[in-house]
Amino acid sequence: MFQSALRTPLRSTGALFPLSRCLKSQTFRRFLSQESRTKIQAAVTEYPVVLFMKGSPEQPMCGFSRGVVKILSAFDIPPEKFKIYNVLEDVELRTGIKEFSEWPTIPQLYVNGEFVGGSDIALSMFQLGELEALLEQHGVIPKASESPS
Amino acid sequence: MASDTMGSPGPVEIAMREKLVTLLQPSKLIIINESQLHRHHAAMRSQGGGNGETHFAVQVISDAFKGKNTVQRHRLIYSALSEEFSQGLHALSLNTKTSEEAQRYQAENCQGRE
Repeated sequence: MFQSALRTPLRSTGALFPLSRCLKSQTFRRFLSQESRTKIQAAVTEYPVVLFMKGSPEQPMCGFSRGVVKILSAFDIPPEKFKIYNVLEDVELRTGIKEFSEWPTIPQLYVNGEFVGGSDIALSMFQLGELEALLEQHGVIPKASESPS
Repeated sequence: MASDTMGSPGPVEIAMREKLVTLLQPSKLIIINESQLHRHHAAMRSQGGGNGETHFAVQVISDAFKGKNTVQRHRLIYSALSEEFSQGLHALSLNTKTSEEAQRYQAENCQGRE
């Protein structure tokens, strides 16, 4: 019912929707101000790879976050292409990113400004070689075929 | 439809099952309560160990997933459970397949054992 509403930005036509549909489609949009949305939009596009996690790579505060950090560390992503945010240090970010991504959990991985997924998706993509392919495709890491074997 | 809990399913699990069955008409739905594995983690400790229904693993086989990529499938499930997420559900590990994908997975992963 409200699937398309979740995938497309909520246009300023809220007044046209019946109240019940408004309430459902606003589940993820109750608190995010335009200012916060703009800030987060800038954050996810500032670096090719952006990870929102609980804790830091040195001290992850959640098993799922730790998992994604470990997976990404396998690729030796250059630091200038990789930014990590600790949502535990910023309450506004922690709730804002969930609304922005329409995704209720942390960790969250973005590549080239596009939401890739959380811990399940990152792990599955890693196991299937899709994560490596994605990073190569976006020039984050060199293609494996280019290095001498 | 199995449920691997240490006792009978709590209200969150019951609500989850009902909503997912209605939404997805799955041929298979397994909900595993993994909250006990996480009760000592910092975030859970601050909630007094949580209410015992904070972390679940869900496996679903449903053709409602056809034509949807993984992010779309997960969002479908998350949006159905938004109430639970706002009331203490903390994490959901998801494994989503269509019936065709499940059969293919079965075939590929059992071959080596022949």
